[in-house]
Amino acid sequence: MALPPPDPQFVLRGTGAAVHTLHFSCAGQEPDVPILFSGSENGFVHVWNLQTHRVDAALDGHGRKSVYCVQTMGGKDRLLSQGRDQRICMWDLAEGRTSVTDSVFTENVGFCRCSLLKVAQGRWLMAMAAKATDEVQVLELPSKTSVCTLKPEVGAKLGMPMCLKLWQLSCGSQPLLLAGYEDGSVVLWNLSTGNALSQLVCHQEPVMSLDFDSEKAKGISGSSEKVLSIWSLNEQQNLQVYKTHKLVNAGISDITIRPDKKILATAGWDHRIRIFGWKKLKPLAVLDYHTATVHCVSFSDHKNPSERLLAAGSKDHRISVWSIYTQT
Amino acid sequence: VCFIPGGLDCSISFVSHVLGKVCVHGRQKEILGVLVPRLMDLTKSDCIWQRICWRLVECVPDRWMEAVVLGFVQRTPGADVLSRLLGNLVVKNKKAQFVVTQKLLLLQYCHTTAVLQNLLGYLALDGLRPSLGSLIQVLQELLETWGSSSAVKHSPPEQQQYISKAILICLSHLKEPEIESCRQELLTSMMEGVKCHLDSSLPQIRRLGMIVAESISSKINTDGPVLKFQYEEDDETRELKSLLVQTPPFCVVPSLPDDDRNEKADAALPLVLESNKKSHTAAPVTPVEESDAELDSDDDLIPYDMSEDKELKTKAPVYIRDCIEVLTGSEDMEKWEATVKALESLVRKNPAATREVSVELAKILLHLEEKTCIEGFVELRQRAQVAVLTTDPIPVAKYLTSQFYSLNYSLRQRMDILDVLVLAARELSYPKSQGKTKHSGAQNPCIQLLPGSDSSKDWRTIVDERIKSKTRRFATGSSQGELTSSPNEFSFVAGHFFFPLIQHFDSSSSVGWCEYQGIYFLYRNSVLQAVTAMGKALLEFVWALRFHTDSYVRQGLLSCISSLLLSVPAQHLLEDMTEELLETQSWLGDVVEKDPDGDCRRLALQNLLLMENLKKKLEPVPS
Repeated sequence: MALPPPDPQFVLRGTGAAVHTLHFSCAGQEPDVPILFSGSENGFVHVWNLQTHRVDAALDGHGRKSVYCVQTMGGKDRLLSQGRDQRICMWDLAEGRTSVTDSVFTENVGFCRCSLLKVAQGRWLMAMAAKATDEVQVLELPSKTSVCTLKPEVGAKLGMPMCLKLWQLSCGSQPLLLAGYEDGSVVLWNLSTGNALSQLVCHQEPVMSLDFDSEKAKGISGSSEKVLSIWSLNEQQNLQVYKTHKLVNAGISDITIRPDKKILATAGWDHRIRIFGWKKLKPLAVLDYHTATVHCVSFSDHKNPSERLLAAGSKDHRISVWSIYTQT
Repeated sequence: VCFIPGGLDCSISFVSHVLGKVCVHGRQKEILGVLVPRLMDLTKSDCIWQRICWRLVECVPDRWMEAVVLGFVQRTPGADVLSRLLGNLVVKNKKAQFVVTQKLLLLQYCHTTAVLQNLLGYLALDGLRPSLGSLIQVLQELLETWGSSSAVKHSPPEQQQYISKAILICLSHLKEPEIESCRQELLTSMMEGVKCHLDSSLPQIRRLGMIVAESISSKINTDGPVLKFQYEEDDETRELKSLLVQTPPFCVVPSLPDDDRNEKADAALPLVLESNKKSHTAAPVTPVEESDAELDSDDDLIPYDMSEDKELKTKAPVYIRDCIEVLTGSEDMEKWEATVKALESLVRKNPAATREVSVELAKILLHLEEKTCIEGFVELRQRAQVAVLTTDPIPVAKYLTSQFYSLNYSLRQRMDILDVLVLAARELSYPKSQGKTKHSGAQNPCIQLLPGSDSSKDWRTIVDERIKSKTRRFATGSSQGELTSSPNEFSFVAGHFFFPLIQHFDSSSSVGWCEYQGIYFLYRNSVLQAVTAMGKALLEFVWALRFHTDSYVRQGLLSCISSLLLSVPAQHLLEDMTEELLETQSWLGDVVEKDPDGDCRRLALQNLLLMENLKKKLEPVPS
C-alpha cells in the first residue's frame, strides 16, 4: 500500500509575483546559512534564508522586468541573474552588499535561460541566446570576451534556442553545449570549432527544458507536449533517442536531475511536480501542491544528504520546498 | 456497600481521608506513586478491588478531592486505566465532576497533553455507562470558551493551546452518532470561534484557530467539502493534528518504577509524533523485489501513491473567438460547459475583442439551448448576454430589438430579450468606477433628476435630428464621438433601446403586456436623464394604448406618465410637449371618472395633481 505523497516541508511566500527561477546555495560551512535564490516576474531576486524561511534581501537590478534565471558563481556571494530587460547582471553579495558589479547586454528578447560552466579557477563560460534569433553565443566570464557564436546552418530552421546546457566530461576536457530549440530538436555543439556535432529531433513542439548527466551520457528533455524524451550520447558524439515517457498532462516548464543522479524532478503546466528515478525513469511521486503552473524546480547542494531539499517555484507566487528521498 | 474479607470497610473512609490529606499537602507523587500501581494491579481483574478503589476515591472529602483526582489523572498511563480506577466517580460525586469537567479543562492549563488524553478518554469511556453524555457537554463548553472573543483576546496563548488540544482530543473520541446529534451546534460554535481566532494579531492564535476549525469541519463534514486553511506546518501543528487520531492504549508493565511511568506517558506521545513525522519525510529504506531481473539502485526508491494524478479538467477558452467556436460547433460537452460558465467574465475582461464580434455573440446567446445540465444555465446565459450588451450597446441593442418583433421566437426568448435589455439598461445607468476612455470624469454614479446642462442638449439635438429625419434608424457610431462627458452611459444608448421597441409595438399580440412592461422599465431608467424626445415618444405611445383592455396595462401607462411628470423638468414639459400633455390631461380626466379599475382611477388622479403642481410651479411668483 503506497504512502500518500508527502507535503512540502515548508512554503516560502512573499515574492508577490510568479516565480520563474530558483537556485540553492547550501554547501557552505557554519556559520553560513543555507540560502535559496529566487527570481520573480516583478524583477526582484529574493535571497531566502532557509533557516528563518524569510527573505534576507531583495535585489532589484532588472528594472522590474521579469527575472528568469539565477545562478551562483562559486558560492553565495557571487550571483548571476538574467532578466527580460535584456541584461545579465553579476552581483556581489558578500558581507551584506547587494551591488551589481558587471552586466552583459544580451540584446535578446527571448526567454532562454543562460548556462554557466566553471572551466578554471575564477573562469567561467556562459552560453546565452544571442541577438540573432537562432544563434547562441558563448562568453567567457568575468572578462566577457566572446568564445564563439554557434550558428545553425542555413536552412536548418531550428528556431529560437529555448534551453542550454554547457558541460564537460571532466575538469579540463573540452566543454560542449547542448541546446534545445523551438522546432523540437536538441543539438550538441563543439565550442572550439563552433560546429554542430549532432542533432536529434526529440519533440514535435519546442523543447522547454533539458538536463544532462555527463557520467552516464544520458539526457532528458521536456516540451509543451505530453512526452518526456530521454536520449543518450554515444562514443561518436551522436545523440540517439533512448526512450520516451508519456505524461498524464501536457506541458513541462523545467527539468532537473539531482546532483547525485538518483532522481529527477519535472515542473509541470498542470501545477504538479513529478519525481522520477533517473535510472529507468520510474515514476516515483506526484507532488500536488501548487495552484498554478510550476515554472521551475531545483535541487539543493547540501553536503549532508539527509538535508537535501527540492524547491519548486510557481505562477501562484509560492515556492514549495520538499524533503523527499533523502535517505538514499 | 462493599464487603471485603477482613471487614475493612470502615477503614476505607479513613484511608480516603489520609489519602486526601496527603495529596493536598503536596505529597501526591509519593503516595500515589505507590498506591496507583498497586491499585492498577489489583483492579485489573478483581471486581472487588475495583469497587474498593472507587469507594476509596469517593470517600475523599470534597476539599481534598481535587488533589486526589488530579493525582490520579496524572499518574495513570491511560484513559481505560483511569476509568477502571475511578469508575463512576464523575457521576456520583459533584466535586469530582466539577474538577474533571470544569477545573482541569477550563480553569487550569498547566497539564500535559497526556493528562488531557487521560481525562478526556476517561470521559469518553464514561459515555458507555448510562450517564449524562458528558463528553459532548464538555466539548460544547470547551468550544464555548474557545469561541469567545474575550477569551481569545485575553487568555494567554498557552491556555488557548491547551483548550485547543482538549477540543481536538474530544473530537477524536466522538463517534458518528454523537456527532450527528450535535452537528449544528458544532458548526455554529466553530464559525464563531474561527472568526475570533482569525481576527487575532498573534499568528500562533490564528493558526490554532485554523487547525481546530479544520478538524471540526472534517469531523462534521465527512463526505462533503471540508474547510482547509493554509498555514505553515511545523512541529506544533503536526502535534496538534496527531491528537485527532486516537492511538491504542499503551500497555503498562507494572513493575516499572513510577518515575519512569510518568515520563513514559509523556514520552509515548512524542514517539507517536516521531513516527508520524518520519513517515512523511522519507521513504522507508526496505528493499523491494522488482519484476526486472537486475537489481539496481532505483529499487531503493519506493514510489508514493500516485492514484490522484489524473488528467486536468478541460479549461475554458481564453479568447472570445474561441468561445464562439466552442459554443457553435463543439461536441466536447465539458468544454462547452466550461465556456458557458466563463463567458461572462471573458466578455467583461475583453471589451475590445467582444465589440468585434458582439452581434454574433448576441445571436449565439439568444439561440443557446441548454445542452448539458448546468446549474443556473439560464442565469449564466442572461449574464453573458447583459455583458455583451453593455460592452457594445448600440449594435447589439439594434439586433435584439429587431429580433424582438420578428417571427419565430418563443415567448421565452422575447422575455429574455426584454430582461436583458432592462438589466443592461440598469447597468449602464450606473457607470462603474473604471471609466471607459470616452467618458473622462464619468465617475459619479448619478441618479440625476435634472439633466447635466450640456449633455442633454447634445443628446437632444441628436435625437431631434433623428426624429426629424423620420426614419427612426439610428446610425451606429456617429453619435458617440460627439458626445463628451456624460454622467450616464445609458443616455447614449437609451434611444437605441427604447425607440425601436416603441415603434414596433403591436398591442394586439399576445405578448403585448410584457412588451410594454419592458418598455416601461426602460423608460424608468432612461428618464433619469430627462430625455425629452423620449418623453414625447412615450406620451404618444401612451396615447396609442390608452384604451387597452387590460387594466394592468393601463396602470402601467399611468405610472409611466407619473415618472415622466416627475422627472422631466417642468419647462421642457410645458414647452415641448404641450400638445401631448393637454391630450393626456383630458384622457386622465376621463380615466378618473369612467375607468372601471380603482387603481387606474387613483393613478390618473395623482397624475392630474402632479400636472397642476407643475403648472403652479412655473407661474411667476407674486412679488
